[in-house]
Formats: sequence, C-alpha cells, structure tokens
Amino acid sequence: MPEPTTREFMLGEGSGTGSGQTLQVGVGPAHPAMHGIIRITTELDGEFIRKADVEIGYLHRAFEKDCEVGGYNNAIPYTDRLNYVSPLINNFAYASAVEKLLGIEVTERCQYIRTVMAEISRICDHLTCVGASAMELGAFTVFLYMIKAREFLWELVEDVTGARLTISYGRVGGVKADLPEGFAIKVTSAFKQTREVLDEVHRLLTGNRIFMDRMIGVGALTREETIAWGITGPLLRAVGVGYDVRRAQPHWAYDRVQFEVPIQKDGDNYARYLVRMAEMEQSMRIAEQALAMMPGGPINVDFVGRPLDPAAYVDQGKQGKTEGLLLIPIRLSPNLQGQNQPAWEAVNAHDKRVVLPPKETTYGSIEGLMNHFMLIMEGYGIRPPMGEAYFASEGANGELGFYIVSDGSDRPYRVRCRPPCLPPVAALPRMIEGEMIADLVPTFGSVNMIGGELDR
Amino acid sequence: MSGAEILQCLRDRFGPALLETHQDRGDTTAVVERRELLDVLRFCRDEPTLGFDMLMDLTAADYLKYPGREDGPRFEVVYLLYSLPHNHRVRLKTRVDEDDAVVASAVELWPIANWLEREVWDMFGVRFAGHPDLRRLLMYEEFVGHPLRKDYPIDRRQPLIGPPA
Repeated sequence: MPEPTTREFMLGEGSGTGSGQTLQVGVGPAHPAMHGIIRITTELDGEFIRKADVEIGYLHRAFEKDCEVGGYNNAIPYTDRLNYVSPLINNFAYASAVEKLLGIEVTERCQYIRTVMAEISRICDHLTCVGASAMELGAFTVFLYMIKAREFLWELVEDVTGARLTISYGRVGGVKADLPEGFAIKVTSAFKQTREVLDEVHRLLTGNRIFMDRMIGVGALTREETIAWGITGPLLRAVGVGYDVRRAQPHWAYDRVQFEVPIQKDGDNYARYLVRMAEMEQSMRIAEQALAMMPGGPINVDFVGRPLDPAAYVDQGKQGKTEGLLLIPIRLSPNLQGQNQPAWEAVNAHDKRVVLPPKETTYGSIEGLMNHFMLIMEGYGIRPPMGEAYFASEGANGELGFYIVSDGSDRPYRVRCRPPCLPPVAALPRMIEGEMIADLVPTFGSVNMIGGELDR
Repeated sequence: MSGAEILQCLRDRFGPALLETHQDRGDTTAVVERRELLDVLRFCRDEPTLGFDMLMDLTAADYLKYPGREDGPRFEVVYLLYSLPHNHRVRLKTRVDEDDAVVASAVELWPIANWLEREVWDMFGVRFAGHPDLRRLLMYEEFVGHPLRKDYPIDRRQPLIGPPA
C-alpha cells in the first residue's frame, strides 16, 4: 500500500480532485480580502470551488430607517457612508432625487460643480478598486502608485469640501459652498499626475504575463447572465453593453460634455480592469470640459464699505441700523468659505422652501432669520408634496438610484437606495463556482464590493 | 416608447388588472393586481416592444402611517424595470395586506430577484411564494421582527447574538 500523501493524511483517503469528497472552507469575514464584512462559504473539490454561498449584512447600520427619522438634508451625512470611496456621487444623487420630488432645478453652475466633483470621485473609486485588486495579486507597487494618485485627488476633494472621506458636500437644492479659488489650476496639475500614474500602471499591468494569466478568462459572466442579474456599471460594460446612466439618461451637465463609454466584450476580470482604466481617462475628460465650460457666478453687486465681521453685523442689525446692511459684505469665518451671498446664489436653487439663506441674510435681516428658522426647526424644513420619485445616477459601480416616498411632511416617508454593488455580489457564486479557490480573490476584487452601500 | 404608450400597452393586455396608473414627476407607474403580477412582469420582459430586460430594483414600502392610506393594504412591493434596448423605465407596484403578505416570487424571471426578495422579507416581512431560499439577507437569523416596518421603533434593542447564556 502506497504511503498516503500529506493531503490524504489530513483529509482521509481519496481526497484529491474528483474523489467525490469535498471540503468546506469559510473565507472571511476576517479574511483581509473580504474587507471584514463578507463571508463566503465554499465547498471545495480539490482546489475547485463546487458551491459557494455569500453572506452579507455585517455592516448593516439601518441607513434606510435612519433617513426616515430626520429631515431631508439630515440624510446627506448618511449617504457619505454608502459608497465611502466616492461619497460625492451619493450626496448628489440623493439630493437630485429629493429635487425631483420637489420639482426644482438647481443652478447651472451647481450642475457643473456636481459633474466635476462626481467625476473626481469616480476616478478615486476606480483607482482604489484597480489598485486593491492588483495588490491582492501581489502587485503591491501598483497599489502604492494608485493610492498616490488618489491622494492628489483627495486633496482636491479636501479643498472643496473640507473633508476627505465624509464630505457631506451635497445639499438639497445645491451644494454646501462654491469651488475655492484657483481650483481649475489644481485640477490640471492633479490630473497631470494621475495620468502619469495611469500610464505607469498600464505599462506595469496591462501586458504583464502574470497579471494577464490571473485575470483573463477568470470570473467571467456572459452578456445574458449579467443583464438577468441586474448588473450595471463597469461589469455590464465589460460584456459589451454600453449602458451608462450618464449617457442614457443625462443629468447634471453630462449632456453638454463629450465623452466615450468604454466597452469590452469578454466579461472577465481583465475586461473589467480595462473598462475601469479607460473610464478614468474619460472621467478626467469630462471634468476638464465641465471646468472649462463652467458658468461664472452672478454679477457682483457694487458693495459699499469695508467687510464687517458677523458679530458686528448682527449688533448693527439689533440696533436697527439695517439700511444698506445687506450691501455690505461680511467677513465670513474660514469655515464658511464659498458660502457668501454671491457664491450662494451661484450654486443653490433660488427656492426659499428648500435652501438655507446665505449667512449674511440670516444674520442681517429678519426675513432671512425666519427663513433659516423655518428650514431648521423640527416640523418645518423641506416639505416635498406627497408622492414618489426615483432618480438614477451613474455611481462608480453602476446605477445608483434613490427611490423616495414623501407623505408631505418634513421627513422622508421611505428612502430606498439601489446599491450598485449588490447585484454583482449576489452573482458572485455564479462567477466563482467551477473555478479555483485562488481565483476567488481577484474575482471578488473586480466586483469592487463596497460594504457601506452593500449592507447600508 | 413614451410612458403613456407603455401604460397603454399594459392596459390593452391586462385591462382591469391594472388598478391605478400615473406618470407623476415623469416616472411611469402602474399598480397591478397581485395575482396577475407575475404575468405582468413576464409580459414586460418578453414583449419585444416593451423589452424590460433588467430588474433594476425590487423593494417595498410600509403605508401604515401614510396619510389617507392607514386603512388600505399595508404594504406596497415595488418593481423598477429598465429596458436596455429601448432605454425606458417603468415602476410596477402591487399592494398586499399585513395578514396575507405574500407575493409571487420573480426568481424564475430574474435571478437577482433572489437577493432583493430576501431583503424585502428581512426588512418588511413580506413573503415571496416560490422563492427557493427565503432567508434574511442583512439581519441575523435570530433577529425578531422586521426593522423597516413603520411600527418597529428605531431605538428597539435586541440581544446580541452569541451562545445561549
């Protein structure tokens, strides 16, 4: 009788591939590639996955229930935490859904700001996805390069929003503040560096034998399957369907810029990688065009007198010295930069039922104060008429939709987020069954599962 | 195809099974009789002029505390369909009562309905007849109740899972 191999010794006789004896292996939630929030139970036959079951919900934090508790704008910080790699898109998509419910239009400049910031976010998201999945295949250099590029972009985001991750920059009816001075120049230089990184990564990965061997033909879905599973975004474009919400149902300023929707036809991990790489270039094109076309703010009024600080402004108002007060620009605290009257008019919908008045008006006139009060106090706030609306936008992972039901009160009756990465994660068993256990990690990486939006 | 044409097409085929239609805020919506729901969904998917090949989303809403709807059927199950070839959307809804909260499962039409229906069961307690594996999706198995129901208080605490004490 031959000596048993180590494997047979551990698992019993006849435990190789095709022996009929299977092995249960749990991957995650503590596995580093599973982000701590996914558990995949696999049934292995040798090294092949025969059956897999995906368990989610580890990061569930009642997003939809929480939205029902506060006012409409209170949900903005929660949306930051949906897809936390590209939070700006979530902010704007949610705000646009409420605007659709209200039936209001935001200003032209705001549409362009949303477009630019959403595209910068999309690049960040793709950089993270490609970088992380390359790292999981051992290409650590690529990860470092891509995170370096993401750093340049996050600096832009920080410039505009004041934060890097939990930005809370969108508002129903507008955005928090106007773009800072000299933003376009910073974008140019950040994009230049990002393009250099992308070029480097192309040379490191796209023709790399090891990378190609691990990615080509792995985790593939057919066109029919992808559609039946409701998968959108880069995974759908990787099977040759050019569906992109930005093109199919243009919103914000997407109908005024030129861009291509990159497609591939193989539907495997490599095709998804190529789609994401090409999309980053398109996103930069969109952002550059939108910045160049961005309409300026309104014509500035001729101000009289020197800038006042807010406290003095309020004091004067209290003493009844209100004549001409609104014409004097106040010096806003640096935290409120980009929120002064001219900027406010440029980036917010001119609708008193929805948008907080500029701070000068709040501090300097009783109408402004009342307007502010009515929007902030419980039971007042934004009150869309009864009804329902669904707004779809192209998130980094696919169609990001918000379905909101209003009962006419100041709180949303029901907020449903269509998470773009739920369908591909649901289809994950289909992608990995029949393939080797070692291919689970790159396939999972190409899905770009983001726990925040998956579990909500 | 415009929203009105989609609704007309459905009305021609199903007539009285379409309880209500509207195009409020540009979203084409039809409320469908529950027992015809699966047929309507199948028709939407297979009829070439409609061509709704994608189930974009499947969700529900609890109308327990909605003004004017307190007595009516409590739940609304919402299907958001999208057509890739025609680039149009439709929202189909069906209403169910609390004591008979069962809807036919759409898993045979779209595999993605599997997870989406599990989530609706988890969050609202609406069952889907014919679903192959109706487990909770986001909450844990030992969780009691359905958190997105309007009578589930947001601050209710439940024991953490662990071995029995």
